[in-house]
Amino acid sequence: MSVRQSLLAILNQGPCYGYQLRTEFDRRTGSSWPVNVGQIYNTLDRLERDKLIRKSEVDTEQQNTYFEITDAGRIEVENWLGSPVARSTATRDELAIKLAIAVTLPGVDIAKVIQIQRTATIETLQELTRTKNATDNPESSEQLAWLLIVDSMIFAAEAEVRWLDHSETRLARAIAAGVASPIPLNTDIPKRGRPARAISHD
Amino acid sequence: MTDELLRLDGVSMQYGRGETAVTALAGVDLRVSRGELVAIMGASGSGKSTLLTVAGGLTPPTSGEVIVEGHWLSGLSARQLATLRRRSLGFVFQDFNLIPSLTAIENVALPLELDGWKTRKARRPALDALKVVELADRADRYPSDLSGGQQQRVAIARAVVGGRSLILADEPTGALDSTTGEVVLKMLRGRVDAGAGGILVTHDARHAAWADRIVFLRDGRIVDQAEAPTVTTYFDAVRG
Repeated sequence: MSVRQSLLAILNQGPCYGYQLRTEFDRRTGSSWPVNVGQIYNTLDRLERDKLIRKSEVDTEQQNTYFEITDAGRIEVENWLGSPVARSTATRDELAIKLAIAVTLPGVDIAKVIQIQRTATIETLQELTRTKNATDNPESSEQLAWLLIVDSMIFAAEAEVRWLDHSETRLARAIAAGVASPIPLNTDIPKRGRPARAISHD
Repeated sequence: MTDELLRLDGVSMQYGRGETAVTALAGVDLRVSRGELVAIMGASGSGKSTLLTVAGGLTPPTSGEVIVEGHWLSGLSARQLATLRRRSLGFVFQDFNLIPSLTAIENVALPLELDGWKTRKARRPALDALKVVELADRADRYPSDLSGGQQQRVAIARAVVGGRSLILADEPTGALDSTTGEVVLKMLRGRVDAGAGGILVTHDARHAAWADRIVFLRDGRIVDQAEAPTVTTYFDAVRG
């Protein structure tokens, strides 16, 4: 998760204390990724343990502990900015799993399942578009950062609709080819897991 | 002046007869009011473009009624229909359809001139329409001197010139890159917000999302509709 690297990159600008880091993170991401102060301090603990940051001065009046980045931390920031974000190859996408399961069940109208999702996703897309349209000419870096995130959500929603369109076509072809029949439960109990034991009541 | 710009009542469209007949539209009901942009989505062959030609009075439906600004198209003579099309409807196509030998302003003024306006008199509203799409400074350029996005903006100006209030757009962003397409949609949206009404046929969900309502067509039937929530609950949730 990139909160760790994001905080490190912010600390690369100068020492900060925990609550300040949260504010900085929020205003640079349009508050689109809520992070609580507890998470910030946990992350700071780990960054300190890994020697990427260290405690610097303590503001005795405000009781704030400042953290500053180390040389190793600066290298980490450079590496982060210079490398791609790894995407998981295994799907954890709830919708993909839902369709995959639904297609194997008898009596499920998949076209309807797809349409319900498409309508919902497009309504989200409409809302995102309105939000974006309201601040389409960014007047500050904060607004620009926020717009980038809205754009990313718009493109993700669009991709989902396109995937649904594609799935619908694929499904129609599969039905026409007669390969879209549901998968019945396998009555041969798989011989894995906990071995069956004979129960005796003697 | 009525708020309802367009109404389709039980509109069906069949091509051919007997066993080879193809149903392009089957009992479509649709309403578009002033200030409303309605997107039509659907796979190829779902009836999207047919719906637009029927709504624009270019082809009469096999059955059902099309009512534009209170006029029942079935009751109009060919001449009355042509007049209604010129005065009430503006079309925007994927490939812009500007006349290459006319300048931007002449293209925009053309529907008015066809309607009997003198060339000099038509210039003023044409320039106003070009101002709206922020192209007044390109008024005397020919289409070949304009970018794709600018040409499409000229086409939007032509679609709304002289107070025509129903815009029928068929894949207006199809030939444009993503960013330019968005500028064009923004202009379309702006015209609608200023009191026009419009139908936007598109296969692109991101572009359809500019509409107030999205209608899904499958095999000539409306199978579902999406409507933007009036309160931004989703974003309030995300932003905490």
